[in-house]
Amino acid sequence: MLLAVLSGFILAACAPWLTRLLGDRAGWVLALLPAALFVYFLSWIPLTAGGAAEVVHYSWIPGLDINLSFLVDGLSLLFALLISGIGTFIIIYSGGYLHGHEYLPRFYGIMFAFMAAMLGVVLSNNIISLFVFWELTSITSYLLIGFNHEDKQARWCALQGLFVTVAGGLALLAGLIMLAGAGGSFELSELLNSGDVLRDYPLYTGMLILILFGTFTKSAQVPFHFWLPNAMAAPTPVSAYLHSATMVKAGIYLMARLNPGLGGTDQWLYTLGLFGAVTMFTGSFMALRSTDVKAMLAYSTIMALGTLTMLIGIGTEAAIIAALAFLLAHALYKAALFMLAGGLDHETGTKNILNMGGLRRLMPVSFITACVAALSLAGLPPLFGFIAKELMFEATLHAPAIATVTTVLAVISAIMIMAVAALFALRPYTGKLKETPKQPHEAPPSMLAGPVVLAALSLVFGVAGFLPVQGILHSAVAAVHGSPLEFKLYLWHGVNTPLLLSLLAVVTGLLVFAGWDRVLAVYRRLTFIDRFGPERGYERVMAALVWVAEWQTRVLQNGYMRNYLITILLTAVALAGGTFFIYTGNTVPFGTVDITFYEAVIAALIIAGAIVVSLMQSRLGAVATVGMVGFGVALIYVLFSAPDLAITQIMVETLTVILLVLVLYRLPRFLNLSSTAARIRDALVALLFGGMMTVLILAVLDVEVVAPISDQLVAWSYDEGHGRNIVNVILVDFRALDTLGEIFVVGLAAIGVYAMIRLRAEDKRS
Amino acid sequence: MMGSLILRTAARFLLPLLLLFSLFMLLRGHDEPGGGFIAGLIAAVAFALYLFAFDAARTRQLLGVDPRLLLGLGLLAATVSGLPSILLGEAFFTAIWWPIDVPGFGEVKLSTPLLFDIGVYLLVLGAIMTIVLALDEAEEE
Repeated sequence: MLLAVLSGFILAACAPWLTRLLGDRAGWVLALLPAALFVYFLSWIPLTAGGAAEVVHYSWIPGLDINLSFLVDGLSLLFALLISGIGTFIIIYSGGYLHGHEYLPRFYGIMFAFMAAMLGVVLSNNIISLFVFWELTSITSYLLIGFNHEDKQARWCALQGLFVTVAGGLALLAGLIMLAGAGGSFELSELLNSGDVLRDYPLYTGMLILILFGTFTKSAQVPFHFWLPNAMAAPTPVSAYLHSATMVKAGIYLMARLNPGLGGTDQWLYTLGLFGAVTMFTGSFMALRSTDVKAMLAYSTIMALGTLTMLIGIGTEAAIIAALAFLLAHALYKAALFMLAGGLDHETGTKNILNMGGLRRLMPVSFITACVAALSLAGLPPLFGFIAKELMFEATLHAPAIATVTTVLAVISAIMIMAVAALFALRPYTGKLKETPKQPHEAPPSMLAGPVVLAALSLVFGVAGFLPVQGILHSAVAAVHGSPLEFKLYLWHGVNTPLLLSLLAVVTGLLVFAGWDRVLAVYRRLTFIDRFGPERGYERVMAALVWVAEWQTRVLQNGYMRNYLITILLTAVALAGGTFFIYTGNTVPFGTVDITFYEAVIAALIIAGAIVVSLMQSRLGAVATVGMVGFGVALIYVLFSAPDLAITQIMVETLTVILLVLVLYRLPRFLNLSSTAARIRDALVALLFGGMMTVLILAVLDVEVVAPISDQLVAWSYDEGHGRNIVNVILVDFRALDTLGEIFVVGLAAIGVYAMIRLRAEDKRS
Repeated sequence: MMGSLILRTAARFLLPLLLLFSLFMLLRGHDEPGGGFIAGLIAAVAFALYLFAFDAARTRQLLGVDPRLLLGLGLLAATVSGLPSILLGEAFFTAIWWPIDVPGFGEVKLSTPLLFDIGVYLLVLGAIMTIVLALDEAEEE
């Protein structure tokens, strides 16, 4: 199982190289991996029959309860099958669509990394590893959306998708940690069995909001839906894969997954049900407005995501069955439709549906496949989409509390989607042949394999509803519901309300299709959508963020060393001194200190040095006097038997002098620029800080909160660390990881200084 | 910038001594005052002295490699020293010791902390020389 999830990452690393090696056949060969995974996941189906779940456990960071544990049940398997199955066709398709593209090797690499991350999300049992995979899908999809990175628009869209989903991801992380705290475990398999505990958790509502913020952004629910249509900047195989079958389904998956644990409350019902219904309506409303074939499909995806969220929110038995049937139906037809849309774009050179027509003679296979897939989208018999839509109407009609709203919105959406489906299947292929930028011809086999197989499956599952039920839906429903349910899927349910609603939707939808040109004219007058949509909100937020960043950079990074120092010192005084004052009040417990003669002399030297340096009028003299302070401190180290510190101090002092001498030549003539007021202010800050440190140290001498750690370190040093120099043993052995971090900082600082010096030198030269 | 004859002569003699001393400090660091950080500073001071006496080009020549390479090698050595313990199933950075008896010399304690300390040494030397040489060269231009 571990290999199954991680194999995608491994192949991602070799894919660029393999692609160059294999040339034109790369797509077909690389598709073997997802195909093999598909077969592997199929072999798990018997194990999950009847709602059984298997947990496969691998330790990752056991000390933090973070493990690579995988939960295999009907739900995760359904998703894993979709990801690997559709993934197979997408990889093949990419070979044709991006044929000869300069960055095709890179494309395959990112694609496989994305696929593996997606498998990780749906299979993870540990919620922290689930989150890690979740964020990996955001990052890889960012790379895929911005694949045409020379296009400014694509970069902008990719960044938008990343910001929206990652903002949600942060909320999700907080929500998941609360979930673990409430349920007392990081493992989903245990959390889902303690649903009552979770629902009674005092912060249940807050936790739910955080988790849903994560899933809603990922699954493009209103008002976060705007990133999804923009993500169509990606090459079509990416859109087909990420934004129909996988990426956006991650949020749906998580909501379905958590249903047994968090579902069943009023908050769950209203939030998911209403947001879902509004999203469903918005998606179909916007789909009908679009003339770009990809945007049309993108908005219809939003419709589907809304429907799924709504159904999970309703949460009745009928709704859960409907949700999973709809999920399967949608994945099948939407991937097929997207690949066909890519075919149209690829062969005609335009994405605008108004510019296409009469292609049925030239692209017969595409035409027939499009008709079949669109029938499923429209929800017409005998396709699987019809069964799913009937189930959805059934679920909304009997929904608790929100039945009227959801049913009305569902019917309106169904009407508009019927029209969109008809537009997609008929408009480009029928009528008179139109002039297009490219001479159109049938798409190559690699680009037809996927649509044909997936559309055929839509048909087969529709006619033989028992196949998907027996296969996977039964156990998937059991996983979402929490216990197995008995159900069968038929095309013909007799004459009932859902059928009548379907009929209404189909007839009205066809009328809308017939009068689409007039509908479009109405849409054009509704310009407020573009002016006041949530996307403007996103732009405002981003602009505000940049403004705040600029403002605080101006204030904090003002370029004056003395301002930085004053800020740092005063903050320290306020925080440390304040805390100290609060806890001790006026009764400062001063320790008694015996001062030897040597110590007094050295202290006097240091103080004298400090005073002299602040009055000095020459730089070289100041450097030397600062050295005096430094060597005085080194002497104190020697007196208190810390030879390592003393040596270090001396070396650092020496090097400081060397560096200052090197820099000294580059400075302008010494000038006294600060006003008397500024100097008094600086002196006050210095006195304040020095005074606080003195008081603090005197107080520390008298207070011993816990036994000092040094005795124990001395004891360990020789036995465990094989060294008598405790300082060194701590640095290179006991706390080696800290030291490693520190030397990285030193290294980075050196590179930073180097870069600054070189860049300035180059600036001067040019 | 060329130093005086006295400085140049002194630098020529002091450099090998200081470098030897830095190695001494590095190796004895586990038991006596010293260690990679201090030793690295001493080595850097040695080269800095040479830089003052002669010039950047000759100091680079003497170093043999770009100091940035030393910096990277230091980080690499320090990081790699954490890995053997993983292979043995222990936590990252668990110290591993290989005491070896060298005839006529006594016991030599090879260990991953030693490799780590060498990494620190190279990093400190590399980091300081990177900055010092860059400053000096920027001035010459």
